[in-house]
Amino acid sequence: MSVLVLGARSDIGRAIARAYAAEGHAVQLAARDAQTLEADRADMALRHGVEVTLHEFDALDYDSHDAFIDGLPDLPDTVVCAVGYMGTQEESEADMVRARLVLRSNFEGPANMLGLLASRFETRGRGTLIGISSVAGDRGRATNYVYGSAKAGFTAYLSGLRNRLAGKGVHVMTVKPGFVATKMTEGMDLPEKLTTDPDTLARRVLRAARAGRNTIYVKPVWALVMLIIRNIPEAIFKKLRI
Amino acid sequence: MKLSGWGRYPVADCAQAAPRDMAGLQAARRNGPLIARGNGRAYGDSAMNRENTVSMRRFDRMIAFDATTGQLTAEAGVLLGDVIDAFLPRGWFPAVTPGTRFVTLGGMAAADVHGKNHHVDGGFASFVDWVEVMDSEGGITRAKPGDALFDWTMGGMGLTGVILRLAMRLRPVETGWIHQTAYPAPDLDAAMAAFEAHPDAPYSVAWIDCLGQGAALGRSMVMMGAHAPLDGLPTRFRRMPFGPPPRRLRRMPVTLPGFALNRLTVGAFNRLYYRMGAARAGHSLVPWESYFYPLDSLLGWNRIYGRRGFVQFQCVLPEEAAREGLAALLGRTGQAGQGSFLAVLKKMGPAGKGFSFPMPGYTLALDFPVSDKVLSLMDDLDRITLDHGGRFYLAKDARLSADMLHAADSRAAAFARRRQDSGAAGAFASLQSERLGL
Repeated sequence: MSVLVLGARSDIGRAIARAYAAEGHAVQLAARDAQTLEADRADMALRHGVEVTLHEFDALDYDSHDAFIDGLPDLPDTVVCAVGYMGTQEESEADMVRARLVLRSNFEGPANMLGLLASRFETRGRGTLIGISSVAGDRGRATNYVYGSAKAGFTAYLSGLRNRLAGKGVHVMTVKPGFVATKMTEGMDLPEKLTTDPDTLARRVLRAARAGRNTIYVKPVWALVMLIIRNIPEAIFKKLRI
Repeated sequence: MKLSGWGRYPVADCAQAAPRDMAGLQAARRNGPLIARGNGRAYGDSAMNRENTVSMRRFDRMIAFDATTGQLTAEAGVLLGDVIDAFLPRGWFPAVTPGTRFVTLGGMAAADVHGKNHHVDGGFASFVDWVEVMDSEGGITRAKPGDALFDWTMGGMGLTGVILRLAMRLRPVETGWIHQTAYPAPDLDAAMAAFEAHPDAPYSVAWIDCLGQGAALGRSMVMMGAHAPLDGLPTRFRRMPFGPPPRRLRRMPVTLPGFALNRLTVGAFNRLYYRMGAARAGHSLVPWESYFYPLDSLLGWNRIYGRRGFVQFQCVLPEEAAREGLAALLGRTGQAGQGSFLAVLKKMGPAGKGFSFPMPGYTLALDFPVSDKVLSLMDDLDRITLDHGGRFYLAKDARLSADMLHAADSRAAAFARRRQDSGAAGAFASLQSERLGL
């Protein structure tokens, strides 16, 4: 089986790529400046004796996406989209150019690529699409609604794809990680009980994909946390700072 | 954050960075004197710096492997256990391994670790072809055996610079099994005689029952081992010559109260261990995991020593003074009534270079739960070591004094001088290096 990881430089993308390589799958690593991932490529190939290839990929260069897929050694069996960009809420409020970058990086770009891949998988009648979305998309909050709304869009897009492709042999899984100790969250004060690390996340993603799960919260406690957050009446919610 | 070594003593609040790349590491360097930290398996404060502890665990990539020479090139943060996982199934095993596989390759180089084969093969440095070190200015030098930088870095406890990458040689093996021969030794003379009688055994080590006193002083199980060849395996093992699939690791669930290990329980454990060993004396076939890493199967075993943590004493005594010195060390330990849960004796081979620990003679390692009484016992053990011309293993140390180190090891002054001259003294420092005046 071959696995394409979009956004392979991210800590989550890299951890998932390593986990698939460890299971003996060929891995295609896609990112901007892909050649700078050579050390990771060599590491995965060396440790696990699998074929690992590097592919130049810019999530925001939509016109290049078809050619990107054509340039892969083979149409992968599984695709993991770990593309994302958080920025900061302050930046996104102050500067709409920054806000648009967040919206496009977390929604438009990933949606464009997964849409193209979904159609090819549908034609083939087989494949798995895994999208790394976020709990931030479950409800817009003052502290990160730009990022959150983009992820909400991505979550809805994935659920739509899942609905469209059910019965066509193509499975779509939505992953909502919650807090993960990564580059993106470095320097933030994350509560230990709600935080996971990329390798644990990767293990859970692989297990869930094998089990054919539809949507997963990586740490089960997040399902409860978000259930509560989603159900707070708006009249109260709008006054909260969470 | 609160950091400690494997012994959980001492504990200090240390600012820790975990860079992902060279740019991040260079930024950490500009924050002031730093110490690189691997997987935190040094027992004491070797990899702790209050202002600037730099975790190397994210530099964890294997870069190249040459199957004709067994040379593996890897980043410093790769775990030895990952090397075994990747290469044992292809017929390669680390040429030198310490008693745990949860160490980083950088940490192994920094401590110039030794294994059960030291008496024939020497330490880790003998199997390292080059090491890349970042200096005080951020420059990167690839040092080879014979270069002063190489010799001082192997065993230099991360104080010559940050170890970034290295090339190490693995040894070819036909199986993951060890052919073990155990000899019960009723006393110290018998244990030493067993080592002397088997100078060519590829691996050798003795577990001492520390509470054996008087005529039973040094009572131990001496265990020799060799990699089993494929045709030495029973047929049922030959289908999977690299051992059974790894067992699930158990984790020590709680920190035991400090009183859990006392003279009675340790005595009982040691007697039991000796009896079980004596009953198993003779030949047996042991999987690599339980032979080399008996304690790794219980993750977090350091928590059995209670809240205050534990300290390890490890010295090496020169050949000629070994018999007398070991008797004095074990005698003093027994007299103090401080059972050492783990007491390991091993004959060592050729001395390492630079500031490396090993030298020909006998090394003794003892664990104790921390208490005021134990700390004063260790001062006595230091003096006995000094009186017998021995020296100390810094990877285990948490409390040695600068005076004692410098009195026992004339190389310490040369090492400190070199650090001054090269600029390393102002750029790389640990709580240990400050305590020991290095």
